[in-house]
Amino acid sequence: MKKTVAYSALVLGLVVFAYPFVWMVMASLKPELEIGDLALLPSRWTVENYTLVFESIPLGRAFLNSVLVVAAVTASVLVFGSMAGYALAKLRWRGREAVFNLILFTMMVPFLVMLIPLYTLIVRFGWTDSLLGLIIPFMMSATAVLILRQSFLAIPQDILDAARIDGCGEGRILFTIVWPLSIPALVTAGIITFVGNWNEVLWPLVVIRQEAWMTMPQMVTLFAVGGGANARLGPQLAAALLLALPVVVAYLFFQRHFISSLASTGLKG
Amino acid sequence: MPAELANTETEQLEAYRAGVRAAATRAPDAGRGAGAGRRGVKLNTGYVLVAPYLVHLLIFFGYPLLFSLVLLFHRWDVVTPMEFVGLKNFVRLFQDDLFFRAILNTGLFLAIHIPLQILVALFFAELLNMRLKGRGLFRTIYFLPVVVSGVVVTILFQQLFSFDTGYINNVLTALGGERVPWLVSPVWAMPSIALMATWKNVGLYVILFLAGLQNIPEAMYEVADLEGANLWEKWWLVTLPMLNPMVVTVVVLSTIGGFSLFIEPYVLTGGGPLNSTLSGLLYIYNQAFSFNHMGYAATLGLFFALVIFVVVLLQRRFVETDFY
Repeated sequence: MKKTVAYSALVLGLVVFAYPFVWMVMASLKPELEIGDLALLPSRWTVENYTLVFESIPLGRAFLNSVLVVAAVTASVLVFGSMAGYALAKLRWRGREAVFNLILFTMMVPFLVMLIPLYTLIVRFGWTDSLLGLIIPFMMSATAVLILRQSFLAIPQDILDAARIDGCGEGRILFTIVWPLSIPALVTAGIITFVGNWNEVLWPLVVIRQEAWMTMPQMVTLFAVGGGANARLGPQLAAALLLALPVVVAYLFFQRHFISSLASTGLKG
Repeated sequence: MPAELANTETEQLEAYRAGVRAAATRAPDAGRGAGAGRRGVKLNTGYVLVAPYLVHLLIFFGYPLLFSLVLLFHRWDVVTPMEFVGLKNFVRLFQDDLFFRAILNTGLFLAIHIPLQILVALFFAELLNMRLKGRGLFRTIYFLPVVVSGVVVTILFQQLFSFDTGYINNVLTALGGERVPWLVSPVWAMPSIALMATWKNVGLYVILFLAGLQNIPEAMYEVADLEGANLWEKWWLVTLPMLNPMVVTVVVLSTIGGFSLFIEPYVLTGGGPLNSTLSGLLYIYNQAFSFNHMGYAATLGLFFALVIFVVVLLQRRFVETDFY
């Protein structure tokens, strides 16, 4: 009895959270006039919404831009974040605690304080309308350093000492001994960076004005806001679905990792 | 860089010898990796490894932070030179009805979003904690909106919330109800956005509460059973107090999220109708990038951050309680 009630509530939740997405997929495959209809299935299946998207905006280019930005940022965050995290966790040097506190402090300043001055800095460097403006400011992440440092702390010192005695340099120790032992932390930091960066829309809106350098979320946003779709809903929904697709596919493959990673920092995409 | 590497390698050799000696003489201490000869190497490498991060931090955090302080006292449109205006930005801020409207709007958003979020998240977390079959599937689906971009969710709800052709209103009228002016009425618009934000984020908080529930020791419920507590008493006297740290986390995270509300009003309403969904960040964005008031926008940003800080401090003070 208790179980039945619980299951009905869980299924209700399932409908509430999943049905809008199912509806969205179906609506994007319907002719424009049927989108408001109650019937879930279209009377006539069509991909015209998708062809319209690709006719009106260079979404393929935006996808490429997004992939480049996300790949560069994620790789950099992991490599430099590991270096800093390793130095903070496993090496002794004067000022280490001060540097660690400084990094923690940067996490407490909301991004909206940095938004204007960071933008003016990018203007001065001449990185507006360039992928550099999207990549370079985010090559380092305090959150990633924190996650990696905590994981590195748990690695026994004996292993590192043994490697040093065998003549291994610190760089090699980090990437050939510490990294293979820290896969979960790397996955967590990587997922947080990937999701956060893929979904970021405010910063690209600020820095990029030329269509050729826009990221995918930015282009889809402007497509929806700017009436680029002639106020037609179908193409907007289709563009939004294409934007969601890479993250959703990654999520369905690695959902356990996604959930534990995003929950561990409370960070939202 | 190669010279650097070579240098480290010769030093490594010395370190090796020192290490062997140290290991031979002070074996018990080897775990800490002491040994005077090696300390020099580590000192060097530590700085080298952390240097890229620090240089980046200096340029892309330190400089902007300092420059935001300079901007507070200047008028600047990025193109022409900066003009010192003293405290004019602050005077203007305190007379800016629109900005305070934005803060009030955020307040309304949070007043709906936070309680709703906690209730819904607790409800589903309790259900998932019953360890029924198939809970993995439910968890995966509840979490899906968290992963998807806010842009996607906003475009989806733009259609669902539409007055004349929106799916929700069509379902309501089919059931014999009235159309709800979700986004077109100044009274409904912000609550609608709060509802949408709850739908998007609640999966994250379900997971957080679920983790919290699983951390409550079974023994506490056994003691409660022995003392004859009923279901409600167990929940009120054991579950809720034990979840308090999670509640604080949820409140603080949703507050920070609420204060950075941007893309939802930007796409759905542009801040309207009648400024009822103007958010702080949207207003700052408009000041900076539509009107080129960089100095004023920076002042707003800093003030807004201060408001967030105070609100979070107050919340922790009133929500956080030490039960046991």
